[in-house]
Amino acid sequence: MNEIVLESRELTKQYGKFVAVDKLNLTVRQGEVFGLLGPNGAGKTTAILMMLGLTEATAGMVRVLGFDPARQPLSVKAHVGYLPDQVGFYDGLTARENINYIARLNGLPRKEASERIEAVLTQMGLSHVINQRVATFSRGMRQRLGVAEVLLKQPQLIIMDEPTLGLDPEAAREFLETIRTLKSEGITILLSSHLLYQVQAVCDRVGLFYQGKLVLEGTVPELALQVLGGAYRIHIEAKDGITGFEDTFSRLPGVVRVNRHASHQYELEAKNDLRAEAARAVVEAGGKLLSLNIETPGLDDIYARYFKQETPHVNAS
Amino acid sequence: MSTHLEQGQSVIIKPAKDEAQSREGSPWTGLWAVVAKEMADSLTSIRMLILELLIILTAAGTVYAATQTLRDNLGKEKFVFLKLFTTGHDPIPAFVGFLAFLVPLLAIALAFDAINGEFNQRTMSRVLAQPIYRDALLFGKFLGGLFTLALALTAIWLLIMGLGILGLGVPPSGEEVARSLLFLVVTVFYGGIWLALAMLFSIIFRQPATAALASIALWLFVTIFWGIIAQLVAQTFRPVQAGFPPSMLAQAQLGLALTRLSPNTLYAQATVALLNPVVRSLGFVLPMQLQGAVLGAPLPLSQSLLLIWPNLTGLMAATILLFALGYVLFQRQEIRA
Repeated sequence: MNEIVLESRELTKQYGKFVAVDKLNLTVRQGEVFGLLGPNGAGKTTAILMMLGLTEATAGMVRVLGFDPARQPLSVKAHVGYLPDQVGFYDGLTARENINYIARLNGLPRKEASERIEAVLTQMGLSHVINQRVATFSRGMRQRLGVAEVLLKQPQLIIMDEPTLGLDPEAAREFLETIRTLKSEGITILLSSHLLYQVQAVCDRVGLFYQGKLVLEGTVPELALQVLGGAYRIHIEAKDGITGFEDTFSRLPGVVRVNRHASHQYELEAKNDLRAEAARAVVEAGGKLLSLNIETPGLDDIYARYFKQETPHVNAS
Repeated sequence: MSTHLEQGQSVIIKPAKDEAQSREGSPWTGLWAVVAKEMADSLTSIRMLILELLIILTAAGTVYAATQTLRDNLGKEKFVFLKLFTTGHDPIPAFVGFLAFLVPLLAIALAFDAINGEFNQRTMSRVLAQPIYRDALLFGKFLGGLFTLALALTAIWLLIMGLGILGLGVPPSGEEVARSLLFLVVTVFYGGIWLALAMLFSIIFRQPATAALASIALWLFVTIFWGIIAQLVAQTFRPVQAGFPPSMLAQAQLGLALTRLSPNTLYAQATVALLNPVVRSLGFVLPMQLQGAVLGAPLPLSQSLLLIWPNLTGLMAATILLFALGYVLFQRQEIRA
């Protein structure tokens, strides 16, 4: 297993009586893209701020790259890039001046800073607007400028808070591509979002945050298995069975549930890909197979199902 | 026995304290980067340009008027260059009078959006995610403002001296240069108070406009109303009893003590003592205290300095107090908007 980059144990933040983050246990390893998911106000940003030492934890511990953010914030912040939600820049300054200020704050020598600024702005496709005032930049360009700034300090870990919020679909797609590139360079990324599709598209593992608690954690298929029971959904259209195929399908090993939607349409929830077995079962029972489709459930389904199950329970407690 | 116990305790407490309270690195990391950025920002901002133009026009106007008056009695005055600052020519008041309200305005303009501006532009979290402490950001912003103020005032001081040499045709004496330079320093300190105040309001209020208005309101209060209130309070608590002169003195003294709480009074008194060497007391002098004094004889610089020392420390203390209050509030502030 790779080295642990970020680890938290029982990390808690309270504002008066309100518990913003409740005993968060999280481990992120080198080279991973971890997605922190959850509705607005679930405590994602607070958790991130504690990891950066920008707000103090009420209890528990957190280690980032082996440093304690509360006691060694300078070491943490020198090696961790942070892209806040709705990233802002000094509008009156140019892209270069904005990044240069950050370089100075990081104590980079002048010559090295100017080389690195050129490099990161080129990398993020902003070399043609390097001397333009940031006031003229679009939302997508600002976001890329934010990433350029983060890359300036050659971080081992990048923490992004809602990075695709407010981007148009094309800019969002480009941004996800950027995340994949960073991952291929070996940078660990922790990102928070409530845009499920995008999280699913880039994250190796996700954690579902709800009311300050990390309620689910794992890869998307793992979560599907945990929440939906089956990670695969197979849609079958078949006819000519004497009584239908429900019994036939439910006898297949690995099937969790069978739903009959219309007279010929069935939906199987299964733990693995049962397309071949289902097809054989239909034929052996003397039926005609009309169509066979597989759908891997997305985070949307998991999310929706989870909250359908949990909400009454949470409200009661 | 008791000392032994204390030693034992300190041995136990010390390592725990080190571990729990020590903070890595220097709080001033990145300070000069912040100072440089703030100065560059203010010196190029339109806001500053307007105010500087205003001050330069005032300086040129008042000094020109003063030279017209002073030229006539050039031989009789000993400190003619100091008079440049304090002489008015009827419709135009003296330059120091203008400065007493232009400097607070300049300082407030420099700092009223120092902190809330960063929040509103959403640059605060980005800047604080760099390897610096909040100390460096706050102190850097204060120093940047103070240096800008000092730079602007020095330029104006040079302008006045130059105009004086041209207009009067005589070079300033060493003591005149020293006294007017000290006046410059006192003026920068006076600006420091308003800078620290505007910065404090920029931490308390999220809207820059609110912070600016609060600063200006306090400035108006101090400039216009505080003197009136001080008199009223003095009249209430130290009423004058007919036929009892000490009661009048007591009332005046209480009134003076109260007005000295205002930085404007401290500044005005320091200015008077520095620019008018004849002034030998900033309080009340009874006729019997003047026995043996050569009236009209100027004090040496060191004695004038001694005279304004309490005013200087008062100005600095107020600045430090306001800055410390802002510091505490800023350290406790949540970074998320």
